[in-house]
Amino acid sequence: MDEPLVRWDWIARNAGTIGGLLGDHMVMSLVPVVVALLVAVPLGLLCSRWRWLYQPTVGVTNVVYSLPSLAVFSLLIPITGLAEPGTVIVPLTFYSLAVLLPSVVDGLAAVPESVRQSATAMGFGPLRRLVQVELPIAVPVVLAGTRVAAVSSISLVSIGSLIGRGGLGYLFIDGWQRTFPTPIVVGIVLTVLLAVLADGVIIFAQRVLTPWSRARSAA
Amino acid sequence: MITFEQVTKRYADGTVAVSDLSLEAPTGRITVFVGPSGCGKTTSLRMINRMIDASSGRILIDDRDVRGVDPAELRRGIGYVIQQAGLFPHRRVLDNIATVPYLLGWDKRRARDRAAELMELVGLDAGLASRYPFQLSGGQQQRVGVARALAADPPILLMDEPFSAVDPVVRASLQDELLRLQEELHKTIVFVTHDIDEAIKLGDSIAVLRVGGRLAQLASPAELLARPADDFVAGFLGRDRGIRSLSFVPARSVRLRPVTTVSLSADVDEARRTARDAGEDWLLAVGDDGTPRGWVSPLDLPRAGTLAETPLLAFGSYDRDADSLRAALDAALLSPTGHAVALDGDGAIAGVATQRALSEALAEAAALTAPPPRPVSPGLRPDASGAHRDGEHAGGVREAPPGSMGDGREASRG
Repeated sequence: MDEPLVRWDWIARNAGTIGGLLGDHMVMSLVPVVVALLVAVPLGLLCSRWRWLYQPTVGVTNVVYSLPSLAVFSLLIPITGLAEPGTVIVPLTFYSLAVLLPSVVDGLAAVPESVRQSATAMGFGPLRRLVQVELPIAVPVVLAGTRVAAVSSISLVSIGSLIGRGGLGYLFIDGWQRTFPTPIVVGIVLTVLLAVLADGVIIFAQRVLTPWSRARSAA
Repeated sequence: MITFEQVTKRYADGTVAVSDLSLEAPTGRITVFVGPSGCGKTTSLRMINRMIDASSGRILIDDRDVRGVDPAELRRGIGYVIQQAGLFPHRRVLDNIATVPYLLGWDKRRARDRAAELMELVGLDAGLASRYPFQLSGGQQQRVGVARALAADPPILLMDEPFSAVDPVVRASLQDELLRLQEELHKTIVFVTHDIDEAIKLGDSIAVLRVGGRLAQLASPAELLARPADDFVAGFLGRDRGIRSLSFVPARSVRLRPVTTVSLSADVDEARRTARDAGEDWLLAVGDDGTPRGWVSPLDLPRAGTLAETPLLAFGSYDRDADSLRAALDAALLSPTGHAVALDGDGAIAGVATQRALSEALAEAAALTAPPPRPVSPGLRPDASGAHRDGEHAGGVREAPPGSMGDGREASRG
């Protein structure tokens, strides 16, 4: 076997395709995280307000989380279609939700009781207290959950290639079928880069949004 | 004035936290709720700003039932300070302090100007304004908490064990600071603590509560120490009640005697001559600025040299105008001669209090503070509102006993 690990000329020739797969991968992995976040915040608020809701809700999201992704993709094909991004995005949204819902609930629970009480005692109404005090204080915990959700979502998208829509995952199948390592290497490197980049963006957002929380994690 | 009228708080499970509480917290005074855990002191406090609503009875603020006011609006007019400060971790110090002005809709600039003003008032360095709470020490956080409570200049301040989470040294300085602020601001303060010494130091009147939220006694600190209503109150006050009650007797009543002083720069022969001429066993060595440096006995002097080269004996001193009899007694105990050196407000020697003068003052104080027992009804005593403070040491001096002897002969020769 004198096939080199990476054939640069192949990359150069297929740059357009690779770019398209990368874009597809980003959309299919990050849309679920954003949607899950938009669902997790109100759901988490409800679960914090009525604690008895929390266990059943987390139970449902955890059961969905435990389902093998490939099985779910297959089940969804008749509804959302073969090789359609929706088939990948819907289950990944549920997976992200399973990670983010506890983060939102934990984040709200992390608001010190003394802070909650002093806010009330100073004359914050319930809604104002939530928006101006509790949610901002929950941000670091929620963003920590978002990092996990984003990275796992980016790595899970590849599996979608088995049903014809897997972003960079297509490169793995291509390389494996042809015993040709270059696409595999390109797929791995780009997936990792994407994950690192997404993580970095969230960390940066956290620094900017919550400068007050740095010492809290150090303490 | 805050009035509790037969206030009871009963929880759904049947627990009674506060039981038939009636008392008044007078305007411009510090009223302390003190008692063991489970005595309902915090519950009582929180019923004032409706963090908790009473099951029965009424709470009035200046004759207005708190139940008739919207809770959020009510609370914006009542400052609140709690144990862990409860600062908003995500807001800078200045914005933490400006919280209530923001809620009241002040414009940002005015709110921040006011916050900066308050930082100065509570003794916070202006450089801390843009810090976050985690960057402050516990004592600084508590000061921010007090500043935040005062931001909108509410007439009432509720303080729930505000100083119990900081170390004793910081706690003492925060207490002194509160008394200093109160002298300036004259807020109606309700202060909750489990620490009886804190209650005695800060309170104009003290409500001692027993488990189940029953009022055991409401009295001024001096009254409480002198005449506890029952064994529970006496037990809660703890040991040394007699000695501690001396904190409320001004040292002005102690008769002073002139003292013979000698300069540190004098030589031993001169010191011996001074003692012989005055017929004194002890001389008080003073520095060039006239402040006392220590006692010296002519019998112990070396053959030659100046007093500056001679070891001096320790002395204790007190401020005869600002300090209490307790401080004077303490000063006497610190000195091998048994004499306490009395100083004027500006630190000049006013004379000495001998053991004899002190025991006369003690006898007088005992006659004042411990009359024959008589029933004490719970209710504000008139003397609580007549109290005043003019000293920070040992709890401050609050009441001048009738016939006080502040005009003792005093002189200083040297």
